[in-house]
Amino acid sequence: MMQKIFSIIFLSMFFLFCRNTEGKTISVGKNKSVQSIQKALAIAKNGDTVLVYAGLYKEGNIFIKKSIVLKGINFPVLDGENKYEIISISANDVTVDGFKVQHAGRSEIKDLAGIMIYDSYNVTIINNILDDTNFGIYSQHSRKCTIKNNSITAYGKNEVQSGNGINCWRSDSLLIIGNTIKGHRDGIYFEFVTNSLIWRNISTENVRYGLHFMFSQDNNYITNLFKDNGSGVAVMYSHGVKMFNNFFEDNWGDAAYGILLKDISDSYIEGNHFLRNTVGIHMEGSSRIVLQRNEFINNGWAIKIQASCDNNVITKNNFLGNTFDIGTNGSLVLNTFNGNYWDKYEGYDLDKNKIGDVPYHPVSLYSMIIDNNPSALMLFRSFIVSLIDKSEKIIPTVTPENLKDDYPLMLPLSL
Amino acid sequence: MIVAKNVSKKFGKFYALNDVSVTCHKGECIALIGPNASGKTTFIKCILGMVVPDSGVINFNNNSIARSWLYRNQIGYMPQIGRYPENMTIAQVFNMMKDIRKPIGTHDDELVNSFELDKIMQKRMRTLSGGTTQKVSASLAFLFNSDVLILDEPTAGLDPVSSEILKEKIIREKNKGKLILITSHVLSELDDLVTEVIYMQEGKLNFQKSLLMLKQETGEQKLAKAIAKVMITSNQ
Amino acid sequence: MKKIIKYVIVDLLRNKIVLFYTLLSLIISFSIFNLESNTSKGLLSLLNIVLIIVPLVCMIFSTIYIYNSAEFIELLVSQPLRRRTIWISLFIGLSVSLSLAFLIGIGLPIIIYQPNSTGFMMLLMGFLLSIIFVSIAMLASASTRDKAKGIGFAILLWLYFSLIFDAIVLFILFQFQDYPLEKPMIIFSFLNPIDLSRIQILLKMDIAALMGYTGAVFKDFFGTTTGIVVTTIVLSLWILIPVWISAKKFGKRDL
Repeated sequence: MMQKIFSIIFLSMFFLFCRNTEGKTISVGKNKSVQSIQKALAIAKNGDTVLVYAGLYKEGNIFIKKSIVLKGINFPVLDGENKYEIISISANDVTVDGFKVQHAGRSEIKDLAGIMIYDSYNVTIINNILDDTNFGIYSQHSRKCTIKNNSITAYGKNEVQSGNGINCWRSDSLLIIGNTIKGHRDGIYFEFVTNSLIWRNISTENVRYGLHFMFSQDNNYITNLFKDNGSGVAVMYSHGVKMFNNFFEDNWGDAAYGILLKDISDSYIEGNHFLRNTVGIHMEGSSRIVLQRNEFINNGWAIKIQASCDNNVITKNNFLGNTFDIGTNGSLVLNTFNGNYWDKYEGYDLDKNKIGDVPYHPVSLYSMIIDNNPSALMLFRSFIVSLIDKSEKIIPTVTPENLKDDYPLMLPLSL
Repeated sequence: MIVAKNVSKKFGKFYALNDVSVTCHKGECIALIGPNASGKTTFIKCILGMVVPDSGVINFNNNSIARSWLYRNQIGYMPQIGRYPENMTIAQVFNMMKDIRKPIGTHDDELVNSFELDKIMQKRMRTLSGGTTQKVSASLAFLFNSDVLILDEPTAGLDPVSSEILKEKIIREKNKGKLILITSHVLSELDDLVTEVIYMQEGKLNFQKSLLMLKQETGEQKLAKAIAKVMITSNQ
Repeated sequence: MKKIIKYVIVDLLRNKIVLFYTLLSLIISFSIFNLESNTSKGLLSLLNIVLIIVPLVCMIFSTIYIYNSAEFIELLVSQPLRRRTIWISLFIGLSVSLSLAFLIGIGLPIIIYQPNSTGFMMLLMGFLLSIIFVSIAMLASASTRDKAKGIGFAILLWLYFSLIFDAIVLFILFQFQDYPLEKPMIIFSFLNPIDLSRIQILLKMDIAALMGYTGAVFKDFFGTTTGIVVTTIVLSLWILIPVWISAKKFGKRDL
C-alpha cells in the first residue's frame, strides 16, 4: 500500500520536473516585466511556469486553462474581495504552489471556492494557505489530483452559510495529504469519489463533520486527526472503506460521534483511537466491517450498534473508561464481539491463559433503559442503577443474551 | 408557690396522673410518697416541664408554666439517675451548668466541698461511680441557691455519710425558707425533714396533709408507720 | 443557644466515631485519587461515597447520638432553657461537626486533586447532604422514643432516599413511558436530595450530551444560575423542614 502511494508521489514529481525543463518561465511581480497574473496566463503556453512574487493581487477570478505551473514565491496573496472564486483550473497537469488565497466570494447559486478544479487530470495543489475561502479546495470530475500540505481555515458559524474545506465530487484517485483544515462546514467532503488516499490530514473545529463522505467506494483514510468537530465524522452509503490509525477526539455534544457509519459495508476500521467522544462509533445498517485493534477511551458510548447491522467483527479492541461500552436497540445480534479487553470486566482467569473464563456482557441494562426512555437520565449513576446493572450482568434478562464476548482479555492490548 | 389544678396525664391508656391538685408554699418541705408507679416522678416532671400534662394547669408564682421556661431558673433539680455527657469532666459539667443558668448572686459550693468533689474535678463523667454521679447531681441542684428544690430519690445510691451530709443540707435550706419537694422510698429518712406529706396512688392524689396532722390522725410518731397505717385503712 | 452548641460540638469533636469517620474518609479519598490514574474517574468513585456513605454515616451517627444523649437532653430540659433552643443547638452541633468531618475527610482531597467546578460542586453537595441527613436523623429520632425503632427508622429512611425512591421513579418511568417525562423528572428530583445532588454533580461532569433531549432539558434547567439557585433553595428546604417538624415533635414530647 505504502509503496504504491510513494511511487505515485514520486512519479508525479518526476513528471512535473520533466515538464518544467521543457517550458519557459514567466515572472510576475511589481518590478517584473509582467505585473498581473491574468496577463501572464494569457501569454503562457502549455508547459510554462509562472512565478509570482510576493505582493497583494486582486485580480478577480484567475482561470487556468493551460497546463502550467503557477508558483508563488514567499506566499503572494490572491484576494477574492469576497466576490470571486479565486483560482479555477480546467486543464490537465496544472500545479498551484505556494499562494495565500483569501476572501473568496459566496454565492447562493454556485459553490464558490478558493481553488476549484474542473474536469481535470493530474492537478497538484500544494503548499497553499487558504484563509476565509467559502469552499477551500474543490475538485469535480477530476482524476489523479494531489492536494497536499495546504492549510485551509474558515470561520464558519453555521452549517448553511459555510462551505467545506476540501470538497470532492465525482472524482477518482485523489491524494489528499497533510492538509490542515479548520472551521468549515465539513472538513473533508466526498461524494462519488473513488480509489483515493486521505493521509495525515488534521481536521478540527469544523461546524458539522471533520470528514464526511457518501457513495465513495474504496478509499483509504490513514493517520488523520479529527478533533473537536461539531458532530465528528459521518460516512455513509459506501463500501471498501479502509480506515487505519486515525484519531477521533473530543467530538462531544448532543448527536456527536467519533464516526457515524451508515450503510457501510466490506470495510476495515483498524488501529484507530477514539477519545472522549459522546459516541465512539455509531453503526447503522452496516455489514461485514472488521473493527479491530482500535482503542476506545473515555467515550460516552464506545460503540452504538443498531440491530440493522450484521456480520461485523469487533475484536482485539481496548475499551477503557467509557461510560457505556456497547449500546444497542434490539435483541437480535448478528455481530461478534470476541477477544476484546473491557476494563469493566469483573470475571476471573483460573487457567491463567489471559482470557477470562466467563463471558462479558458489554451492554448494560441501564443503557437500554435510557435508549427507550431517555428520562431515566435522572437515575444516571444512582445506586439502584448500579444494582440492576450488576444483577443483569450475572443473569441477562432484558439485554441481548448473545451480545457477549466469550473470550474477554484479562489485560489491555498494547496498541 | 406551686399550685397544680386538676392535672391529668395519660400514657397510652394508662393514667399516670389523674386529676391531681396540690398546693405547695414557701418554706415547706414536702414529701411525695406513694408506691411504685403512683405518678410521683411524672408529677415532678410536669412541674419541670419535661412532661406536658394532657389537661389541668400548673402555676408557678401565679404564672402558668405552659410554654415558659424561665421559671426553671428558680428550681434546683436532682434527678433520680443523673447522666451527663460522658466525655466531659466534672469541672466542665459544673462550668456548663453555670454557663446555662446565669445565676443571681454567688454559687453555693457547700456540697461540692463537703462531698470532696473539688479533688476529683478533672475526672471524666463516664469514669464515675453511681454514688459519685449522685453527688454531682446533688451539688448541681443546690449550686444556684434556687428558691425551689426538687429532689427525686436524693439518697439512693449515696453512702450513709454522704446521705447524712445531704440531709443536713436539706434542713438548712428549708430553714432558709425554701420550698423543697422530695420523693423517697426510704420513709425513715424523711422523719426529720418534712413538714408536709403528699400521698399518691395509681396516679391519684390520696391526700395532702401536714406531717403533724398525719401523726395526730394515726397516732404514730414515725412517718413510715403512719403511712403504713393509712395504707391499711384505705385498703380496708 | 451558643453555649449549648459549644458544649455539643466540644463533646462531638472528642467523639472517637467522628474522628474515625474523618480519618477513614481522608484515607479512602486520598487512595482513590492516588490509585486512579485518571482523576476525573477518581471523582466518579468519590461520587458514590458522597451520595451513599456520607448520608448513611450522618443519618446513623446522628440518630444514635441523639438517643445516647437522652439523659443529657433531659438534664438540659430541666434547666431554664427553651426546648427548641436545645433541639436546634443539638442540630447545629451535629451539623457543624459532621460537615466539618466531610470537608476535611473528603473536601480536602478534592481541593487538592480536583480544584475545578466539578470538585467544587461535589464539595457543596456533600456538605449540604451531610446537613440534610442530620436534619432527617433528627426527625427520625424525634418520632419515637425507642432507640432500636428510631435507628431502624433512620436506616429505612436512608434506604428510601438512596434506593426505594429511585425504584419508584423507575417504575413510573416505565408505566408512563409514552408521555414526555423530562419536566416531571425535574420535579421528581426535587423530592429526593440525593438525586438532586447527583444530577448537579453529573451535569458539571458534562454528561448531559450523552442523553440527547432529556440531557438538554436537564442542562437547560439545572445548568443555569437559576437552576443552581433553585437547587440550593430546595436543598435548604430539605434541611429546614425535617428539623422544623422534629423541633415541633420534640417540643411536645414527654421526657
